[in-house]
Amino acid sequence: MAASDIAAVPATIPGAPRRASRLRRVARRPLPAIGATLLALLVLSALAAPWLTSHDPFEMNVVDRLMPPNETYWFGTDAYGRDIFTRTLYGGRVSLVIGASVAIASTVIGLFIGVLAGYFRLADAVLMRIMDGLMAIPGILLAIALMSLTRASMWVVIVAITIPEVPRVVRLVRAVVLSVREQVYIQAASAIGTRLPRLMIKHILPNTFAPLIVQATYIAASAVLVESYLSFLGVGTPPEIPSWGNIIAEGRLYVQIAFWNILFPSVFLALMVLSINILGDGLRDMLDPRLARRI
Amino acid sequence: MGSYVIRRVLATLPVMGVVAVIVFLMLRLSPGDPAAIIAGDNATSQDIAQIREYLGLDQPLGEQFVRWIGQLLTGDFGNSIYLNRPVLGLIMERVGPTLALSISTMAFAILLAIPLGVLAAWRAGSWGDQAIMAMSVLAFSVPVFLIGYGLVIGFSLELELLPVQGFVSLSESPIGFLRHLVLPTVALGLVYTALLARITRATMLETLNEDFIRTARAKGLAEPRVLILHALKNASVPIVTTIGTGIALLIGGVVVTESVFAVPGIGRLTIDAVLQRDYPVIQGVILVIAGVYVLVNLAIDLTYSLLDPRIRY
Amino acid sequence: MKNTFRVMALAATLMASVALKAPAEAQDRATTLRAVVHANLQILDPVWTTAYITGRHGYLIYDTLYAMNAQFEPQPQMAEGHEVLENGLVYRIRLRSGLRFHDGSPVRAADAVASLRRWMVRDTMGQQMAAVTASVDVVDDKTFDIRLKERWGMVLDALAKPSNPPFIMPERVAQTPANTQITETIGSGPFIFVRDEWRPGNRVMYRRNPDYVPRAEPADYLSGGKRALVERVEWLYIPDQNTALAALNAGEIDYFEAPPLDFIPMLQRNRSIQIIDIDPLGTQGVIRPNFLYPPFNDPRARQALAHLVRQEDFMRVVVGNPQLYRPFCGAFFMCGSPNGIEVGSEPFRQPNVERARELFREAGYNGEPIVLLQPTDRPQYNAAVMVLAQALRRAGVNVDVQAMDWSTLLSRRASRNDPHQGGYNIFLTTQGGPTAATPPANSWFNTTCDRANPGWACDEELTKLVADWSRESDTAARRPILERIQRRAWEVLPYIPYGQYTQPIAVRSNIHGVLIAGVPVYWNIEKR
Repeated sequence: MAASDIAAVPATIPGAPRRASRLRRVARRPLPAIGATLLALLVLSALAAPWLTSHDPFEMNVVDRLMPPNETYWFGTDAYGRDIFTRTLYGGRVSLVIGASVAIASTVIGLFIGVLAGYFRLADAVLMRIMDGLMAIPGILLAIALMSLTRASMWVVIVAITIPEVPRVVRLVRAVVLSVREQVYIQAASAIGTRLPRLMIKHILPNTFAPLIVQATYIAASAVLVESYLSFLGVGTPPEIPSWGNIIAEGRLYVQIAFWNILFPSVFLALMVLSINILGDGLRDMLDPRLARRI
Repeated sequence: MGSYVIRRVLATLPVMGVVAVIVFLMLRLSPGDPAAIIAGDNATSQDIAQIREYLGLDQPLGEQFVRWIGQLLTGDFGNSIYLNRPVLGLIMERVGPTLALSISTMAFAILLAIPLGVLAAWRAGSWGDQAIMAMSVLAFSVPVFLIGYGLVIGFSLELELLPVQGFVSLSESPIGFLRHLVLPTVALGLVYTALLARITRATMLETLNEDFIRTARAKGLAEPRVLILHALKNASVPIVTTIGTGIALLIGGVVVTESVFAVPGIGRLTIDAVLQRDYPVIQGVILVIAGVYVLVNLAIDLTYSLLDPRIRY
Repeated sequence: MKNTFRVMALAATLMASVALKAPAEAQDRATTLRAVVHANLQILDPVWTTAYITGRHGYLIYDTLYAMNAQFEPQPQMAEGHEVLENGLVYRIRLRSGLRFHDGSPVRAADAVASLRRWMVRDTMGQQMAAVTASVDVVDDKTFDIRLKERWGMVLDALAKPSNPPFIMPERVAQTPANTQITETIGSGPFIFVRDEWRPGNRVMYRRNPDYVPRAEPADYLSGGKRALVERVEWLYIPDQNTALAALNAGEIDYFEAPPLDFIPMLQRNRSIQIIDIDPLGTQGVIRPNFLYPPFNDPRARQALAHLVRQEDFMRVVVGNPQLYRPFCGAFFMCGSPNGIEVGSEPFRQPNVERARELFREAGYNGEPIVLLQPTDRPQYNAAVMVLAQALRRAGVNVDVQAMDWSTLLSRRASRNDPHQGGYNIFLTTQGGPTAATPPANSWFNTTCDRANPGWACDEELTKLVADWSRESDTAARRPILERIQRRAWEVLPYIPYGQYTQPIAVRSNIHGVLIAGVPVYWNIEKR
């Protein structure tokens, strides 16, 4: 169903010809393209970090602590004498990995559980009660409590942020599965003896992809932010490892005397979250037939 | 309808049960020993062991869980390990500021977001729409504590208009109450305004596309009437749902905001309790918050039929 | 229409509230000293816990028999005086007249005796005193005896101990077993705890004790007359340091116990704020190796560790401001104190990576990971850990830094397991003030192996030397023993000091009379 939706590209404005070209649509709404480009730039800068800077993100030059931006340290130094430019770039890696991992993990797990819940009544009752229970606990509190279970590391942070996101994905997938299940063509396929796995893969799953992708982008953006909150509260990634969240958290004390500590990573963080969100918006507008018709 | 209400209420019990188990397990499995923290920085291992015993922390997990559930059912949430005072009492003391902050934030967000969302949907595709949407995305791309610091530097330090931190209860001084609430509300409210505005816009867009709107316009009804009485009313179900599920997110945001502005609410209580492994407090607070969330959503579910006659169970 | 009106009314109220300040608030402010404290007061029993914040609470509402003056000599406080009888084996102490508890009852010798007995069960110095004490007996209503088994020169020093001293409580309260928390907060000190205004996690309230009779002498460090010159003392717990600083700048608080050290220059430039150093001895950084497991069960490995420490690096990162630290302090008992000699520390003044490597090899260290615990939510400790980790790595040591929060660390460091099974090799902490400057009171210096603090420092000779020093009451005779203690300490290293620095307080300029007392005390302070 999803594939056929995209093929029948609907109008961009009321009354316009039904098959306006995608390019024209993109040009009329530059935001998603800007979002995608920005994100690509950020990803590139993170990947290219070792070539863009010669400093070591962990090296402390205590003599140079809290220096404002200058020729050697383009974004200045932090309280330990570490180069903020380097840490910001490397921090991008960690934030990207956290964002992407949480998005992928929560989507995959949520997909699995959601399909089970949507398709099998028995599983539904049990699973949805558990999901409701999880959702009732505020995500940040759950993440903090999970972080305190073990020593800090990036993977623990990823798990701690993923778990509260799963219920929402499950709900989404379950809703799609429930609505698709009742469709005549599914019942017909089942009636002629199509086996369950094939039914799942060929007919039911594809309908979940569009909303899932959109949801995944929002989750990625939210994960990057939540990581910064965890660092702010003192239970985030180990402070040696630069991530935008903990660079900001560590540097927040100096907002009045050495604001460069948080200015640059904040800008990068905001840009990344912004670009992911804009991208998500654009994807949703493109993939959702009802909205696409209006714009 | 009556049986539906009863069914829904009963359905919340297993949910709360799940929450209880999750919370209990999570905490008891975590390392970090309240006894060690209580004993203080310079205590010996014997001191710590003595305190553990005194607090009953050396009992097997199953026993601790059963004892806890038993207490809960009689309304006894136990005592804080550190303060030796009833958890429920502590929560009651601190719930006021959190409630005040949550309500004012929600009110601020609703008052600001819905008009913005309606406007954006009405003029969809225009530069105004894109500007509103871009700014709203910006609002939830910046961490709340940075917004908070910015507001403090601007309004408290530079302009000296508003207090930096703290909380004054309504009974002590209504003016103080309002003054101390302004900055935290705005800091947190901006984020929620952004979220709500987006949902409002999205659902309004869908609704504005429906035939009955075209009919209303064709009938010659004034645009504001069309937008509010007809479109918004029909779009309200998802919006209200978001407000409901948003309460869990709101608590998360309140936690950080309370830390920045030193508001003595439940959020700060929980963080401190988690960092110190004050189990009874953590368990009690999460249960209470989850309970509130479940009840609010129940209430929202039950009021759906008021908003949308098509929804009947 | 109605909605618009409502919105406008709300806006008007908001604007009005912004412009007006409630007059009642302003009145209260004039007679209340508002202080931001460094921790959340939770436990009210200063014998049951060693937490600093509880000790400070203790100083507000309780009083002590003796107290230290600026030369660290015990001075009578609640005591009128004492006699030493039977050749130094009995200390007979007389209480001043007119002392009363907050509930009006007079302070009797029985109260003092009960309080001392309880304190002697828990406190490190109290336990040492208990080991040499035969009994503590009431003689009459105002007099009691401490009867020793052998001569011990530290009796008055113990009673006047600056941190975790034996606060005097009513007999019925002091009879609570030492491993159970007391529930009442009745003392005989210059302030009274206002329990129904206590909001845990937010604020604590104390009011002036109108019936307190201060001594006639002027206040001198912790001794002398304790005159309460403000009506109320309000402790606020503001965990976010930016917020606390902003509150100080805005005049919403008067006294900031522990302003972040990087801000001292900025605060010094602010004319409405004064920076005061109330603790001339300061804080000592402690690197504590675990004596139970290799490599640090071998003193050579500990010496190697010491050879890698450049105190100045630690100080630069932890403290920042050179006004607040010394480039090097080789004394275990606080540079600047009477016991702060630095003999034995010469080889360690500058790092010596070659020697360190040699010593590690000799001790049999082969590159196994060394577990170093890092508390992420304690900024000063966190910073020090990172400096140590870098120094170790640069010397080729394989370091496994494990990040966790402070509460996890506290329980981790109490574990006697193998470092790779829930134990550790090194953790860092601090201590300070006159307690650290006294060999038997310096808790991290204690080398009694199993009964020592986590890390379980173990050295018979050092323990014996400290006991010898305590037994000796003649200052001249103590000096050679002290030198031997210092030298031995730098050989066996119960811990490695990573620097000595001060943490000044910041107060508004209308606050006068802040005492140099080592810890924040609130008598003698006026707000004008």
